[in-house]
Amino acid sequence: MPWSRCGLAALLLIAGFAAATEADPKAATADVTREPSAAPQTSTSAPSPPVSEPRPQVPAAQPAQSPPAPPAPQGPTPPPRFLVVIDAAHGGDDLGGHLSSGQLEKNANLALSVRLRSLLGARGFQVITTRESDQSVDLNRRAEIANHADARACISLHTADTGSGVHLFVSSLAPAAPTRFVPWRTAQAGWITRSLALAGVLNSALLHAGTIVTLGRTPLPGIESMTCPAVAVELAPERDSDHKVTAEPDDADYQARMAATLATALLEWRTDASHMEGRQP
Amino acid sequence: MIPRYQIVIFSILLLASLAMGGMLWHLRQRAHERLVAGVDSAPTKAPEVAPAEKATLMVANDDDNSLLPQVHSLPLPTDPGSRARAVLGRLLEIYAAPNATHPVPGGATSVSQVFLLPAAAGPARSAPHKISATITVDENEASTRATSSAGPEVAVVNLTTNFVASHPSGLETETLTVLSICGTIHANLPRVTEVRFLVDGQQRPSLAGHADLTRTYLVSDAAGVGALPTEVVHP
Repeated sequence: MPWSRCGLAALLLIAGFAAATEADPKAATADVTREPSAAPQTSTSAPSPPVSEPRPQVPAAQPAQSPPAPPAPQGPTPPPRFLVVIDAAHGGDDLGGHLSSGQLEKNANLALSVRLRSLLGARGFQVITTRESDQSVDLNRRAEIANHADARACISLHTADTGSGVHLFVSSLAPAAPTRFVPWRTAQAGWITRSLALAGVLNSALLHAGTIVTLGRTPLPGIESMTCPAVAVELAPERDSDHKVTAEPDDADYQARMAATLATALLEWRTDASHMEGRQP
Repeated sequence: MIPRYQIVIFSILLLASLAMGGMLWHLRQRAHERLVAGVDSAPTKAPEVAPAEKATLMVANDDDNSLLPQVHSLPLPTDPGSRARAVLGRLLEIYAAPNATHPVPGGATSVSQVFLLPAAAGPARSAPHKISATITVDENEASTRATSSAGPEVAVVNLTTNFVASHPSGLETETLTVLSICGTIHANLPRVTEVRFLVDGQQRPSLAGHADLTRTYLVSDAAGVGALPTEVVHP
């Protein structure tokens, strides 16, 4: 009799372990794809549900769209969740550049981040920011925040004194086929195609608003660990046809206009994404 | 009547004065000879003027985020490392000039040295990202190895701290500086396939807060700039 009890207990243990592994596949991959770092510092917009709400997630290492949800047997279906991560670059000891107005880049980035977050929140987006104050956030930590959130768009905000209009940058990593396990430093490779598509939507909206836009690809150390469509947006001075500066990148009115344009573009991105998901079998 | 002892003392003092004067004159002559000998030991051979050659510079433009090839005629040394340094010096002179399309202060003295080394063989070379370690290079050894190598090479560009400290900060401007240096080296030394950066001999995380200086840049990164979906619209 004791042997049969032991066997029963062992069977129950195995069954419980198998169920737990099946219920949370991310737990099996997260440690492989993420680097350890400090405690998180995130914030969400008011109308959105909390980030810690339990929901099915795509593993950080598996850059694929969420499978279509099975039809709900009864009751109203919740609105589709569309989460955007806004990353105000630099902060704390990392000052970024010095703008000609005397402002530090880290502060201008934060101001632009707050403006964009407010506008997106008003449009029903769920927003997570990597920082809400003047604090240092490690590049790996920023990527962890984005990957945990399973964001549909990740926007890294910069400001600069050189050039004109808005510079859009996508990682220069070569596109790679999505795999279950990806190296941390090149995790963005599986998302390059979507990132380029997001940059295209942002580019169209900015051009439509009469802004000078330059597109480029470059190594982006923080973004290259993100498993989401990710674009670095650098706000440069606004210039007229004579190349004279008409608005500095930390100008409140200029930032508000650019934030509104970016919000419009993300609205379009959300619409496109929902259409794509609707077409999925 | 002068006492005898005073005459003796006067004579001794006079002799001592004459002896000291003679010694001073002798020391002065020796110092002069030493000085003349020092001048003679300085190199008197005039530096050879290298013939002017055509060099292609990949000049960056902030307005449209592009690299445009420009051909310049300038004297170029035969040693590949010195040649690369001379070409980069001209490139950075263009950036330091007023009304430059990619304004960066510093000029020709911003590049301390350029070392050329054989590129590592094997699959690691084609890896998209590599984190480089601190490099210690003996200049003579590097030069010897570079001239004896016939395969692909990696160029290590040693920038000055002043150049990095005065470089404008920004994703676009820093990226263009790095890629124009890579493109210019490759245009004039086609065997160079990879470029790494040091600042006063030390590794540095970024140029001015944005462009990653810890990685090895493939010259194909710079070659791709011209093919970027660059679009400039003046409303």
